[in-house]
Amino acid sequence: MDFKGSDTLPGPRTGDHLPHTAQAAVKIVIVGGFGVGKTTMVGSVSEIRPLTTEETMTQAGIGVDDNYGSESKTATTVAMDFGRISITDQLVLYLFGTPGQERFWFLWNGLFEGALGAVVLADTRRLEVSFDVIGRLEERGVPFVVAVNSFPDGPRYPIRELRAALDLAEEIPIVECDARRRASSRDVLMTLMRFLHSLATTGSPR
Amino acid sequence: MTPPRRQRRYPRHEPPPPPKPGKQGEAKNPERLYVVAGADEDGARAALDLVTLIVARADPPPSATPEQAALLRLCTAPLSVAELSAYLNLPFSAMTVLITELLTAELVQARAPIVRQAVPDRSLLEAVMHGLQRL
Ligand SMILES: Nc1nc2c(ncn2[C@@H]2O[C@H](COP(=O)(O)OP(=O)(O)O)[C@@H](O)[C@H]2O)c(=O)[nH]1
Ligand SMILES: [Mg+2]
Repeated sequence: MDFKGSDTLPGPRTGDHLPHTAQAAVKIVIVGGFGVGKTTMVGSVSEIRPLTTEETMTQAGIGVDDNYGSESKTATTVAMDFGRISITDQLVLYLFGTPGQERFWFLWNGLFEGALGAVVLADTRRLEVSFDVIGRLEERGVPFVVAVNSFPDGPRYPIRELRAALDLAEEIPIVECDARRRASSRDVLMTLMRFLHSLATTGSPR
Repeated sequence: MTPPRRQRRYPRHEPPPPPKPGKQGEAKNPERLYVVAGADEDGARAALDLVTLIVARADPPPSATPEQAALLRLCTAPLSVAELSAYLNLPFSAMTVLITELLTAELVQARAPIVRQAVPDRSLLEAVMHGLQRL
């Protein structure tokens, strides 16, 4: 990028700065397939306009065909939208809308390992997309809840049926939401926090 | 109509090894198909999280590069690595390199994030819940 016009650099708007007392941050990951509503959910609860962080990857040679040498490497940009909620003068929460493909997750250090937990956003039009995401979180021991976004053109299933279809353990919360509504997205986050709190109270293994 | 069905998985006993930049022989493993462009395997990347808060400790010195000066001007108040990456339009990996230079030069301070613990901190979770309730 061009840094010469540095006085016109886009920066935080007045009010988008954290107080000097901000000591530490925590994060929650919102993960799901393309178009499921991750950015919408981040935006509906964030105190700043959602921002984007990107990472560039090179895709190593497809298969084992060496004929193209280094030319077989292609650069891909992966983007992640995020927002922020100030919790106290000292503590701030960040929400990251993360693509569902696990191969992208390692691009950002400790994205899931360090997160308090995750929200899996699922879409009944393409429920299978969330199968792999949920499996990966189970394997990694990341605590999560499932939020089902209802789209007008999507099939409606009773929660009980969705729980069975997703083969969710009994204790894992599953809720319906409308990611466009702040109160609904907030409720999803509260569901995750209550679940994490119950894990902390019962000391059950993750 | 019934939805498609999934099969539950269980925690792996070993945490998955951190992905390393792929070597030729590993190209068949789909999880290793991608490497961060220009990433330094054992570099300082490991120390900085997306939500590490960065605060400037000084004004940009005359020796500062334009990128360093831009960053120092942005974080006169704390900002996360993720926010800096977004505002400066730099990839996360490039951002961590830039911040590491400034940490070494003692021009910025880093405030480490609170990460998930094996035994979660209940008072932390309660604080987050109170914060969300005010939304
Ligand atoms: N009806 C409905 N539409 C939604 C909901 N959440 C998101 N959308 C719409 O779905 C589209 C994709 O959402 P987006 O947040 O960009 O998805 P992302 O790719 O997961 O970030 C947008 O047009 C949203 O307005 C929801 O809860 N209900
Ligand atoms: Mg999006």
